[in-house]
Amino acid sequence: MAGEHNMDSRSWRERAKRCASSVWLMYYDGFRSMTVGRTLWAIILLKLFVFFVVIKLLFFPDVLKRDYSDDSERADHVRRELTRRR
Amino acid sequence: MNDLMTVVDWSRWQFALTAIYHWLFVPLTLGLSVIVAIMETLYVRTKSDAWLKATKFWMTLFGINFAIGVATGMILEFEFGTNWSNYSWFVGDIFGAPLAIEGILAFFMESTFVAVMFFGWGRVSKGFHLAATWLTALGASISALWILVANAWMQYPVGMEFDPAQMRNVMDDFWALFSPVAVNKFFHAVFSGWALAGVFVIGVSSWFLIRNRNKEFAFRSLKIGAWTGLAGMLLTMYTGDGSAVEVTRCQPMKLAAMEGLYEGSRSQGIVAVGMVNPEKRWNNDEDEYLFSVEIPYGLSILAKHDHEAFVPGIKDIIEGIEVNENGDTVNTVSYADRIASGKLAHEALREYDKAKIAGDTAAMASAHEALKANYRFFGYGYFDSVDEAIPPVGLTFYSFRVMVILGSYFLLLIVVMLFASYRRQWLERSKWLQWIALVSVPFMWICSEAGWMVAEVGRQPWTVQDLLPTKAAISAVSTSTVVTTFWMFAVIFTILLVAEVSIMCRQISKGSRKDLNS
Repeated sequence: MAGEHNMDSRSWRERAKRCASSVWLMYYDGFRSMTVGRTLWAIILLKLFVFFVVIKLLFFPDVLKRDYSDDSERADHVRRELTRRR
Repeated sequence: MNDLMTVVDWSRWQFALTAIYHWLFVPLTLGLSVIVAIMETLYVRTKSDAWLKATKFWMTLFGINFAIGVATGMILEFEFGTNWSNYSWFVGDIFGAPLAIEGILAFFMESTFVAVMFFGWGRVSKGFHLAATWLTALGASISALWILVANAWMQYPVGMEFDPAQMRNVMDDFWALFSPVAVNKFFHAVFSGWALAGVFVIGVSSWFLIRNRNKEFAFRSLKIGAWTGLAGMLLTMYTGDGSAVEVTRCQPMKLAAMEGLYEGSRSQGIVAVGMVNPEKRWNNDEDEYLFSVEIPYGLSILAKHDHEAFVPGIKDIIEGIEVNENGDTVNTVSYADRIASGKLAHEALREYDKAKIAGDTAAMASAHEALKANYRFFGYGYFDSVDEAIPPVGLTFYSFRVMVILGSYFLLLIVVMLFASYRRQWLERSKWLQWIALVSVPFMWICSEAGWMVAEVGRQPWTVQDLLPTKAAISAVSTSTVVTTFWMFAVIFTILLVAEVSIMCRQISKGSRKDLNS
């Protein structure tokens, strides 16, 4: 019984390894054989850099998170803002 | 005050710009993913190389659109945090949930299967690959579902209770988010994506015919594009009809603005073509239109599916006049009363704040009760005059007509092209028709964007219907920051659009030189 269990567990590990390796190869070969995809990936990476590094960090802070330390303070701020506005 | 209005206006322009650019990519992703999946299904069923080539060609165009469009929606979420922080806090408990689900579940599902779609050829079984393609299409639609559920909630806020301590609308019924407004909006947007992608495929296929390249492939694609476009367009019209009924029920002011209607009546006609009078106000005697061609009973049928039904105009809604199904005039809450109620809600909230600072729990509870009694019209408390509660009539009226007129034109074009795709010799001779199909493609985007303008301009001045007007939703940010980022986005998105169009054109041209016929 114990031997069978070890065999099952080994074959399960083998299968998982083979599966992981074929997923890896699919991505690896896929990226290597790209043609128009290379340009697209360059655009995606540049875009993500501009969006998340340049724009988000420099121009788009979360105002409430930045200016207030906890949710209670944030709620108080919004309450006063919303009742002061006309 | 002036500075606040400038920030509001610039922030609205910025949000509109980013949303319009984002929507250039989204509908094509929604529709083209389905077309690609249909083609691949035909390939798997017939084992024909011609369908495989067609699948790969359109899949490449889908990939270009997907890659360039991906993450453009993130900018809108940044803007919520910076420009619209009051709004984000006020509705975050509800609005955040669908957006988070969209990010975690749908987007990752879409991204995972996109990889199999592009890299999995020959590595996974045909059936698995086909499943991945369909799951990518499904993932794109599920992604849209959550965004549209969030958007629909802003137009018809349900399933929540306001908690003044947290200063948030707290969700108390998740399933209420799937209101008829949300369901209609979702299907209307997704099916319009099918129609748009159908027109895109028809246009590109026509270009192949104009250039006398890969005609077999062009006819094959034309049929799938036209059938998908036809299904999309008919379903868009059906769900559009459902949306009109929901707008009448939940946002009657939007419907009145769409029609430029100030004084409603029973058996109300709809203006097919016309020009609104810019001098017309709800409380003056100017004519509503400079000229108009009306379809009798049209608006009553569209709004209430009853040719004798009363449809209220802007003046009726402001004065709180409605006519019930028996023809009796009944009173609803006038806008003057709503403003008074809204101001009481604000006063109660101020009292709540004072009581909280003083630590007086009894006064807090009393203020909370007063707030609850008037919360339904909380947003009206920001207005000093009822004029502030009227959406921009001209823009809503014209956007609605652009959408409907172009939509009708595209239905006709799709039907003609579908017919032509089965009359091969006639279509090959009819170069004029091929050119019309090609030149029409950009107008489909105008049609689609016009639909969003009706939805979003028509709901002004609200970010959340009746609860939070745009001017209250804005953060205390400087105008210069918003102006700077507005131009930054204008440049970035324009570059992305130019990149998309040029890469796509290059790819179409390159593809046309290959043998795609067999």
